[in-house]
Amino acid sequence: MSITDFLTDLFNPDLAFLPKALAIAVMSSIVCGVVGCYVVLRGMAFIGDAVAHAVFPGVAVAFVLQGSLVLGGAVAGTATALLIAIFSQNRRVKEDSLIGVFLVAAFALGIVIISQAPGYAGSLQQFLFGSITGIPDRDLYLVGGTGLVILSLVLALHKEFVAVCLDREMSRSMGLPVFWLDIALYVLVTLAVVISLQTIGNILVLALLITPAAAARLLTDRLAVMMLLAPTIGGVSALVGLYLSWSYDTPVGGTIVLVATAVFLAAWLFAPRHGLVIRRWRRPAGHDLGDDTDPGRQLSPARTPDAAPAVR
Amino acid sequence: MRALEIEKLDVDLGGRPVLRDVQLHLDRGELVGLLGPNGAGKTTLLRAILALIRTRGGRVLVEGKPTRPGRAGIGYVPQRHEFSWDFPISVEQAVMSGRTGRIGLLRRPGVADWRAVGDALDRVQLTELRRRPAGELSGGQRQRVLVARALALAPSILLLDEPFTGLDMPTQELLGDLFTSLAQEGRAVLMTTHDLVAAVDSCTRLVLLNRRIIADGRPADLQDAELWTQTFGVSATSPLLKLVRAA
Repeated sequence: MSITDFLTDLFNPDLAFLPKALAIAVMSSIVCGVVGCYVVLRGMAFIGDAVAHAVFPGVAVAFVLQGSLVLGGAVAGTATALLIAIFSQNRRVKEDSLIGVFLVAAFALGIVIISQAPGYAGSLQQFLFGSITGIPDRDLYLVGGTGLVILSLVLALHKEFVAVCLDREMSRSMGLPVFWLDIALYVLVTLAVVISLQTIGNILVLALLITPAAAARLLTDRLAVMMLLAPTIGGVSALVGLYLSWSYDTPVGGTIVLVATAVFLAAWLFAPRHGLVIRRWRRPAGHDLGDDTDPGRQLSPARTPDAAPAVR
Repeated sequence: MRALEIEKLDVDLGGRPVLRDVQLHLDRGELVGLLGPNGAGKTTLLRAILALIRTRGGRVLVEGKPTRPGRAGIGYVPQRHEFSWDFPISVEQAVMSGRTGRIGLLRRPGVADWRAVGDALDRVQLTELRRRPAGELSGGQRQRVLVARALALAPSILLLDEPFTGLDMPTQELLGDLFTSLAQEGRAVLMTTHDLVAAVDSCTRLVLLNRRIIADGRPADLQDAELWTQTFGVSATSPLLKLVRAA
């Protein structure tokens, strides 16, 4: 299908669900791209996974009660994020074990609840793998509004999130409320996941959070650039993914994730400073790539403007 | 008034006694080395000074006032591995992150903040590298980034946790000189270290700690082998004692 056909379909009133799906997919990819930067930099991908699974019982309850799926998911996901944050204060059981406990429990609860609804097999598939049809108008506003709230909170708390990512102990000594900042970040991750569930699906939403941010990290050493690149990669992946999915009749969530993954692989191979190809190119044969791991070695005193004796 | 005054400090961690009856004071201009084996409570003492852990008894006064997190007077330099060096951040932003608490919620760094960061970078001679990604620096340069981050708050006290670990001798020597001059400029500097030679060489005073203060004095006054065997739990023939005698 050509781009023109896709545009025609987008504006076809009989296919009103298509622009809605596109709007939601792009909005949620942008929000996930921004929030995903913290997730990638803090190495908390597992928490994103936990939250994605944890929203399932909430969505299931909302489905059974015919309520808003976004709202139901948000409540359940936030509750789980809080539980993890609170339980992880006890250092006897590590955070990743706790997440393992809670995410599976929540997912199990979701399956049990949804099995009580008639005809659950079809809706289950919709939750797990995403769908572009049947999105109510109010969800469009809910996703847009929630997305704006998330982005404003990120803007407001960015400085503090960075400080906590960099050095928790130092942040505590500065008097920052580290525990509450953790909770705020978990809740933001939860909300970003929830608004993406509709189109991407429960299983694949993690990719929207991690893949664009990880690709952006490969492309830059500057946080501000990374936080602009990640949502751009996410948004473009959503657009291209939806187009391909519509053209070739493939599942929308899976297609979007595959497009984002292709971007990540391209970044991994061709990134200007850290890409595999460039590193091979620059290094004469016989040298091991592993040399790059110790940055100290690249800065021999003779070559550095800041040669060691300058401290005196 | 003393820069730092610790009186009868008791600290328990997980129900077990870690520090008992610690008495310690620091004046401006002093560079004090805190020595002791692993588990002696060195880092715990620093954390107690920062008011990051609850104490069981006693008190800690900075410039005559009880400490609490966020108080301006203390500059903390944690061990290098506490900092996420793979974070995409420039040297000057890393130093600015030390002022996050001071700047306050919903505010951006202002002129005064950038000036403080610039001064701190000048002081540790990292100005030329200020736009470099922090992760590309060598170990000694990283240590100086952390010192600059602490200095950005213009503290009267500097707490350094194992600043020499994993650094080669020339780098240690340069850092030692830096710490000496930071103290001479009118700060009180307290440094934990395992590096006996560097400590004896650069510190004005040494404190031997093993759950309690075993000795406190000028390096030349701590020649008694008994003090060192008691602190480190080593035998009388330990190479440690040869080092002490030689230093």
